[in-house]
Amino acid sequence: MQGLPGTLPPNPHARPAGAWGWWLLAPMLAWLALFVVAPMAILLVYSFGSRGALGVVELGFSLENYERIADPIYLRIFGRSIGYAALTTLLCVVIGFPAAWFIARRSPEWRGRLLLLVMVPFWTSFLIRTYAWIAILRSEGLLNAVLKSSGVVPHVLPAPLDLLYTPTAVVIGLVYVYLPFVILPVYASAEKLDGTLLEAAQDLGAGPLRVFREVIVPLTWPGIAAGMMLVFVPAIGMFAVTDLMGGARVSMIGNVIHNQFTRALNFPFGAALGVVFTLLFVLSYALLLWLGRRRDETAKAR
Amino acid sequence: MPTVHAAPSPQPVYPAASSRPTAADSVAPSGPRRAGRSGAWWVERGLAAWTAGVLAFLYLPILVLIAYSFNSSRLNVVWEGFTLRWYGELFSHAPLIRAFKNSLIVAGASTVLAVLLGTIGAWLLHRNRYRFARAIQTLICVPMVMPEIVIGISLLVLFTLVHLELGHLTMILAHTTFCFPFVLVAVQARLQGLDPALEEAALDLGATPARAFWLVILPCLRPAVVAGGLMAFTLSMDELIISIFTAGPDSRTLPMQVFGMARVGLNPMLNALSAIFVVTTIAFVLFTEHLRRLATRAA
Repeated sequence: MQGLPGTLPPNPHARPAGAWGWWLLAPMLAWLALFVVAPMAILLVYSFGSRGALGVVELGFSLENYERIADPIYLRIFGRSIGYAALTTLLCVVIGFPAAWFIARRSPEWRGRLLLLVMVPFWTSFLIRTYAWIAILRSEGLLNAVLKSSGVVPHVLPAPLDLLYTPTAVVIGLVYVYLPFVILPVYASAEKLDGTLLEAAQDLGAGPLRVFREVIVPLTWPGIAAGMMLVFVPAIGMFAVTDLMGGARVSMIGNVIHNQFTRALNFPFGAALGVVFTLLFVLSYALLLWLGRRRDETAKAR
Repeated sequence: MPTVHAAPSPQPVYPAASSRPTAADSVAPSGPRRAGRSGAWWVERGLAAWTAGVLAFLYLPILVLIAYSFNSSRLNVVWEGFTLRWYGELFSHAPLIRAFKNSLIVAGASTVLAVLLGTIGAWLLHRNRYRFARAIQTLICVPMVMPEIVIGISLLVLFTLVHLELGHLTMILAHTTFCFPFVLVAVQARLQGLDPALEEAALDLGATPARAFWLVILPCLRPAVVAGGLMAFTLSMDELIISIFTAGPDSRTLPMQVFGMARVGLNPMLNALSAIFVVTTIAFVLFTEHLRRLATRAA
C-alpha cells in the first residue's frame, strides 16, 4: 500500500539531528514512552502477578494466570473468537474483493463516485451500523415482516426467523462493520495494478482462472493482506458488536477481558489475557508477512 | 515493522480516483468488447451486479434506520405516520446531551494535542536524521495497529497504578495517544512532496528555523494538518472500546451512552441519533474529499 509509515523513503535533504532536534522531539518521545511503552510493560508485569484481597494486584512471578487461560473454558472462548474472526475475515474478502476490483477498473470519475459510496459507511459509527441490524433481525423486526408479507414464512419456512442474539447475527454484524475495511485497501492495490499485465497474460494464453490466480491475486496481495489484518485482529476483540448482536449468549475473548477489568476486577488475569491477545496479533501479523514473502519467492522461482 | 496501514484515512492512504490513466479500461470495458456476449462481458456484468449488491447491503440498514427515525410507531415495523417527535425527545434527553458534551470536550482537546504532537513530530522526523529513526517510526505505528482493547486495558492499568482518577483527563490522554499517529502519518505523506528548497530559501533569507516552519512550511502542510485533525476528531468521537476502560463515571461519552441504550434494545431516539450521525458523516466525507482535491491541485 502506498504511504506506509515505515516504508516512506528517507528524506535525502535531512540533516543530522542536533541537541535541539532531540529536545524538540522529546515531548513526542516522552508521550510514546509514557502512554505506549510503559502501559504495555505494566500489563506484562501484572500478568505474572496475582489477585489479592479486594482486587489489589500482588506482584510476583507466577504462571497461574497463563495456566488458567489453558483451561478448556477459556481455550474454547479463544477458539470461538478466532473462529468467528476468521469467518468474518473470509466473508469480508470474498464479498469485498469483487466489488473493490470492479470499482478499481472504472473510469476515474466513476471510481471517485463509487469510492465515496464506500467511504460513507467506512466512517459511519460502527455502533450505529450494528444497531441498525437490531431493527432488522429481531423477531418482530423488518426481516420477519418482509418474510411474512411475501408469504415466505408460512409456506417456505415454518416459523419466523429468530436471528437476533444468535451466532449468525454476530457474524452478520461483524461482516457488516468490517466490510469497508477490506474494500478500501484492496481497491488501493487493484487501482495501481497495470492493466497491460492482464492483457499480456491473456495474450500468452492464460485462462481467466489462471490470470486471477497468478496475476491478480499476487499483485493485489498487499491490499488483501492489509484488509485481512484490519478485520481479523479487531474482530477478535470487538466485544461491542458481540454484545449487541449476540446478547449474553455469545461470549468472546473481548467480553472476558472486559469482565476482568470492570466486574471481576481481576487485573492480573485480564492482563494475561491481554498479553496472549497481543501475541496472537503479532503472530497473525507475522503469518501474513510470511505468506506474502513466500508468494513473492515462488513467483520469482518461476 | 508493520507494512499494514491501519489508518482509515481517506486522504493519503487511499487515493480516491487518481487521474492516472490505466490500461485497465481497455481490458475490461463496461460494454461488450466484441459482438456477441463473450465470457468477459458476463464477468463484467456479474461484477457490476455484485458491486451493486454490496452497496445495497452497506446502505439498506442505514437507510431503514433513517426512515424509521421519522416513524411515529415506537415499534419500528409498520409505518404509522411521519413525526419529528423522536428528534425532539433526543434533544431533551439529558444523559445523551451530557454524553455529547463530554464527547466534544474529549475529542476537541485530543484533536488539539494530536495535531500539535503529530505535525511537529512529522516535521522533525522529516527534517532531521535521528538515530533509531526506524524504531521511533515503528513505535508511532503501535497505537494505530494495536487492538483497541489492549490499548484500553494497558492505559487503565497505568492510570490505576499512578492513582490518576478516571475522568476527562485520562480520556484525553488515551484518545490523544491513538489519534496523533494518524495526524503524523497524514502530514508525513504531504511532506514527501514538499520542495526542500522552500525551507533553505527561508533560512538563507534570514529566518530562524522556527520562523521558517511557522511562515513557510506550515502553510504548505495545511491541507494535511486539517485532514489529519478531522480524522483525529472523528476517530475520537467514534471511539468506544478505549473509552470504556478509561472513562470515569462523569465522563461517559456519546458512543458509551449509545452502547448502553442499544444493549437494552430498540429505541426510537437512537434511530433519530443515527440519522444525524449518518448525515454528519456524509458531510465529513464530502468535505475531506474536497480537501483532497485542493491538496492534489496544489501539489
